[in-house]
Amino acid sequence: MKTIKEINQKIKKGEVVVATAEEIIELVEKKGVKKAAQEVDVVTTGTFGPMCSSGAYFNIGHSKPKIKLGGGVCKLNDVPAYAGFAAVDVYLGATAIPDDDPRNRVYPGEFKYGGAHVIQELVRGGDIRLEATAYGTDCYPSKKLNTLINIKDLNEAVLFNIRNCYQNYNVAVNLSDKMIYTYMGALKPNLGNANYCSAGQLSPLLNDPYYKTIGIGTKIFLGGSIGFIAWQGTQHNPGVPRIDKGVPKVAAGTLAVIGDLKHMKPQWLIGTSMLGYGVSLSVGIGVPIPVLDEEIIKYTAIRDEEIYTQIVDYSQDYPQCRSRSLGEVNYTQLKSGKIILQKKEVPTGNLSSYSKAREIAEQLKSWIQKGEFLLTEPVASLPNEESGYKFKPLKERPII
Amino acid sequence: MTSKKIVLHFPHRLVDQPIVYKLVKDFNLSFNILKASVTPQEQGLMVLELVGEKENFKKGIKFLESCGVKIQPLSQDVRRNESKCTDCGVCVPICPTAALEVDLKTRKVHFHNKKCIACELCIKICPTRAMEVHF
Repeated sequence: MKTIKEINQKIKKGEVVVATAEEIIELVEKKGVKKAAQEVDVVTTGTFGPMCSSGAYFNIGHSKPKIKLGGGVCKLNDVPAYAGFAAVDVYLGATAIPDDDPRNRVYPGEFKYGGAHVIQELVRGGDIRLEATAYGTDCYPSKKLNTLINIKDLNEAVLFNIRNCYQNYNVAVNLSDKMIYTYMGALKPNLGNANYCSAGQLSPLLNDPYYKTIGIGTKIFLGGSIGFIAWQGTQHNPGVPRIDKGVPKVAAGTLAVIGDLKHMKPQWLIGTSMLGYGVSLSVGIGVPIPVLDEEIIKYTAIRDEEIYTQIVDYSQDYPQCRSRSLGEVNYTQLKSGKIILQKKEVPTGNLSSYSKAREIAEQLKSWIQKGEFLLTEPVASLPNEESGYKFKPLKERPII
Repeated sequence: MTSKKIVLHFPHRLVDQPIVYKLVKDFNLSFNILKASVTPQEQGLMVLELVGEKENFKKGIKFLESCGVKIQPLSQDVRRNESKCTDCGVCVPICPTAALEVDLKTRKVHFHNKKCIACELCIKICPTRAMEVHF
């Protein structure tokens, strides 16, 4: 048994032993659970993939004369930002796109530029055009503002993603005879390909399946800098079928994360364009897992071949909200490049970069080893399996 | 035997001329048209896989050039912007010739220029638009 305090003492003294979620597999196999749990203090995880429910808020400072953007319209490089706050706070969502983007009118739409690209450009240090109109008040008389802004001049620039880091995810296929374009990529007709999106054995929540160490307040790697877990993510759904070792067999837990955008790096926050679907932000996240006891290290030693997920048809079942699994596969099968489904060999593609996930886990490991990153004690737990917390569908009710 | 994939650029004045058939008739070459288009500026573009005896191949290319057709090897056309690629691998099952491939060990995505037939399916599929066409 170790405490986070003790582990932090070791980090400060430079005596900490850190392994990535990949390395720990072999370590546990070689040394056994007991010895590995004594020797290793922290296991680092990582994931890098498109996470649509991402965004950032800014405080741009007051112009002279002052303007109240709240209730007005604000655009950043033509991408609409939400201004329904006080005078000069705005929130830019990753999937927002310019009003004049043709969207899917020319099918499949290209979605070359949106909120995610603005966020990446800001992080890169580029100037962004801010164009706003407001209704004007006695205390905020200005009705128009056109200016360049730069991240270094903003009072606050904070990445605040309300759902990231899904604990496991569907494999998407297309049973129809037409090509379809989804957030899981382009899916060729008649099971032409199967796309998945998870770092598998490196993925943060798959290494702590019951959220025993990861909680609200946990300090993490976010976008190349430091962030924190702010809350459970939206659609957090802990009460799903799991294997014996606790890993869910379908999409389950999620995280809401927050961090100072000013310190983040553009290679870990990348604007992405999903053909026929829209814009998204690829986010790099890494979570350290303190090895408090033997139970925790057992969780972190999970391997790709033990992590199962469901194959879902995105031509009919997914859009019609029919929960049907066409089959179960594990991540070793998915990573081999092909799976067998309905007697057909189907090539697989990953939306989540495993090599980047590995880089993140390594980076976090090196921060901890150098004493640059101390672990935090969670201030509250994420809702777990027993909490009854659920992701429910919408029950539509007529407006009379 | 020589076999190469080449890109032919036809200037406006040649677009309505029968040229390519002469490769068969006069030089005994065979070809497979991988792509053909005429741009709005009426420039012609054709991607060919050209096969034939080495000497005939050379003569055929010389003939095309003498007509005013600009020739470049295909491999130069689709390129990967390395700084944009995140090695996710969503392009891999889309590529019909396995020119895009995941290294099972490093999990990095390799682009084999020589296998590329410039079908351009990967161009818009790539979430970071790392695959680019250069003419």
